[in-house]
Amino acid sequence: MSQRAGWFAWLIFMIGALYFVLPLFGTFVFSLQKVRGSIGFSAYTAAFANPDFLRTFLFSSLIAVLTIVASLALIVPTAFWVNLRMPRWRGVVEFITLLPFVIPAIVLVFGVIRTYGKPLTLFGIPLLPPLLNTELSTNIVLVAAYTVLSLPYMYRATDNGLRAMDVRTLAEAAQSLGASWVTVLMRVILPNLRTALLSGALLTFAIVIGEYTIAAFLARPMFGPYLQLQVRNRAYEAAALTIVAFALTWLAMGIIDLITRQRSTPLTGGR
Amino acid sequence: MRRHETSSNLFISNLFISNLCVEASPTLMTTTLSVTSRRRFSWNWLGLAPFFLFSILFIFLPSASLFIDSFQNQAGQFTLENIAGLFEPPIPASYLLSIQISLATALMGGLLGFLMAYALTVGNLPRWLRPVTLTFAGVASNFAGVPLAFAFIATLGQVGFLTVLLRNVFGWNIYEAGFNLYSFLGLSLAYMYFQFPLMLLIMIPAIEGLKREWREAAENLGASTAQYWLRVGLPVLMPSLLGTMLLLFGNAFGAYATAYGLTGGNLQLITIQLGAQMRGDVLRNPNLGYAMALGMVVIMAVCISGYIWLQRLSERWLK
Repeated sequence: MSQRAGWFAWLIFMIGALYFVLPLFGTFVFSLQKVRGSIGFSAYTAAFANPDFLRTFLFSSLIAVLTIVASLALIVPTAFWVNLRMPRWRGVVEFITLLPFVIPAIVLVFGVIRTYGKPLTLFGIPLLPPLLNTELSTNIVLVAAYTVLSLPYMYRATDNGLRAMDVRTLAEAAQSLGASWVTVLMRVILPNLRTALLSGALLTFAIVIGEYTIAAFLARPMFGPYLQLQVRNRAYEAAALTIVAFALTWLAMGIIDLITRQRSTPLTGGR
Repeated sequence: MRRHETSSNLFISNLFISNLCVEASPTLMTTTLSVTSRRRFSWNWLGLAPFFLFSILFIFLPSASLFIDSFQNQAGQFTLENIAGLFEPPIPASYLLSIQISLATALMGGLLGFLMAYALTVGNLPRWLRPVTLTFAGVASNFAGVPLAFAFIATLGQVGFLTVLLRNVFGWNIYEAGFNLYSFLGLSLAYMYFQFPLMLLIMIPAIEGLKREWREAAENLGASTAQYWLRVGLPVLMPSLLGTMLLLFGNAFGAYATAYGLTGGNLQLITIQLGAQMRGDVLRNPNLGYAMALGMVVIMAVCISGYIWLQRLSERWLK
């Protein structure tokens, strides 16, 4: 019985493995054939040499970093506060952080364009000018939209991290030594959350760097739309960039894997 | 989901699972710290204020504006025309196509993902394969959008690696045989790339949650492996199986970038229609777009609620 199960298991595994590897292999092989009749990396050098690549890639990286910062600044204090002081609100907060799963990116960006393409008013009182009118404020909206996308992952990561330690005792201990809330958060809670937050941050980075839908509709010069343009115009460079995008996702996931596996024991004692 | 397609799914697997544990845990801070004062009460609210302000500005307000606009005509008067417009061609066909492709990839992705999870847990595969496969699956379930579309073009397109290989080595021209990457089948194959790894990621912990005692008990009572799976294993896993497939459904339903990158808008999915509407082409009635978005949110909400409900059902057995 077990032998047959083994045979079947191998078959299934091979199918899955092939499914995973073939498209990547195909893309890789394709990317090496830019010069007819020879195999080489000229598609990569050409892709990297294009100034638009560097520009969009750096811009995407910047937006990704800003998103991570915004998301951390929003989520960490919230999750901390919910755990410590507002446990009754846990359900509501959790529900909100899951909403991005219910609202597809294309719907989110549609709503955002609709809301911020015109002045924001409350009962006829103008609150904000149309944010999508200037480049800077559009970038702010872009970061905000990506922060929304990151909510489920970031909140989950933070909340898991918080639950793995005794927030209450740590906070009480710090406070009894005269620490303020800010000090508690910055010097006690944050260092304990390093692993969890790094996972959330890397995942957010992987999401933002190749994102297409929101970037395209807000017309920002991100890497995703640039790649789409390359697919249309320069197939070999596009293949090279696809491999790069994949490698980046891989790198992010690999690091997450690495840091979460060597589960740093959440410290409750001194160090 | 994808949501936003790059729906990163490493965490989803334990997303809802840990929900319940919390509600049961009594450690949650009552008020040892409380130095009773009335002022502190208002402070507590302030702690969550930034989060709620952000959600109002960038989740609720945009959603509400779409919702309100769905029930208004261009002059700003209340109307049900837009909702009625959802039932006029070509909109229903688009919803149907999206539903079909989501259903197909959820079922196939669910099946392959489950079988693979089964192979890796219960099947006798070498142990070292497991962490490797899990990392692969984490990457694959996050690999979506334009790069994924292009990877499939480079593999199964007219001059793709696999197409050429099959033609030159096996003498089988898949395009002459009727295959087309820029079709329902082609897009389904691309979606499968992030669908089955997600299923795999979620099902592995679920299968591991099956208690060894159940299997031993069944065997002691003379059950065969097949009987054990049919009568015990699968019924216990059923809520998570169905729930995860709902998640896969939503994952495919909301996808835009992959479909746009692959078919360039040839396949009239609802997301593609909505994208075209937003770019300012097509439909006669611009406000119809808002109703289309609303319809999508309703379908997604049903899926995710179903997922949460089923996940809770499965908690009963799989802890």
